[in-house]
Amino acid sequence: MPGDRTRPLSPHLQIWKWGPHMLVSILHRVTGVGLAIVGGLLFSGWLLAAASGGETYGWFLGLLTVESGAINIVGAVIGIGLSWAFFTHLFNGLRHFVLDTGAGYGLRTNRLWAIVVVSAAIVATLALWVWLLWGTLFSSMGAA
Amino acid sequence: MDSGTALGRVRGLGSARSGTRHWWMQRVTAAGNVLLVTWFVVSMIRLPNYGFETITGWLASPLVAIAMMLLTANVFWHLRLGLQVVLEDYVHNEASKFGLIILLNFYAVGGAAIAIFSLAKIAFGNAA
Repeated sequence: MPGDRTRPLSPHLQIWKWGPHMLVSILHRVTGVGLAIVGGLLFSGWLLAAASGGETYGWFLGLLTVESGAINIVGAVIGIGLSWAFFTHLFNGLRHFVLDTGAGYGLRTNRLWAIVVVSAAIVATLALWVWLLWGTLFSSMGAA
Repeated sequence: MDSGTALGRVRGLGSARSGTRHWWMQRVTAAGNVLLVTWFVVSMIRLPNYGFETITGWLASPLVAIAMMLLTANVFWHLRLGLQVVLEDYVHNEASKFGLIILLNFYAVGGAAIAIFSLAKIAFGNAA
């Protein structure tokens, strides 16, 4: 019966032992929700600001950057967070395409690819930001 | 009580109240996202800076504007499908679930409309 609270429930997050497959599954949700809400609002807000003229756009950019044009702490947290969420959701989405064909459900295989996805996303995020910050350093040195 | 055909009574009333379309469109938009969002991220990284002139100039070129509009439609469709599943999984009160899914639809369609209109204004209006 709907709404009958005494019905037995299936085991949930707090019952299962954590493993890479469970981690990657919940990370897919968390990163998806993060991209959908933070990413979606930022994306539409950014385009709306750009369409509203230079002054509005400058104000919007000022929320995420300091005077010199380098990112501030808010920009860094959102930028690093969104890029990590993007890589995690992308890599795990590709993993899901393989799972959709019925492949990759063996215990060892599933565990391996779960670890690969989570690790690759962290490595890609680090690589991206090292490269971005390296470029900033390099160009500011060139300008000086 | 038995009026209508057998098919009419069961259509749309399975355990999920719908067929496989939701699942399938999630996959189709996911495939679109692999291409479009990856293109967007790579393009953003390659831009020399994020100043007003650079961004509006980039967004105003036809191929970029078209890709951005496709990306917007695809992303907001995908996030609507994804967040709907999250709500269905975690919100058990029927009234709250109904209300939240309506709000989600407002967010997805509204967010996409803001982005697409903004892109059109930048592309056609030279960002007045």
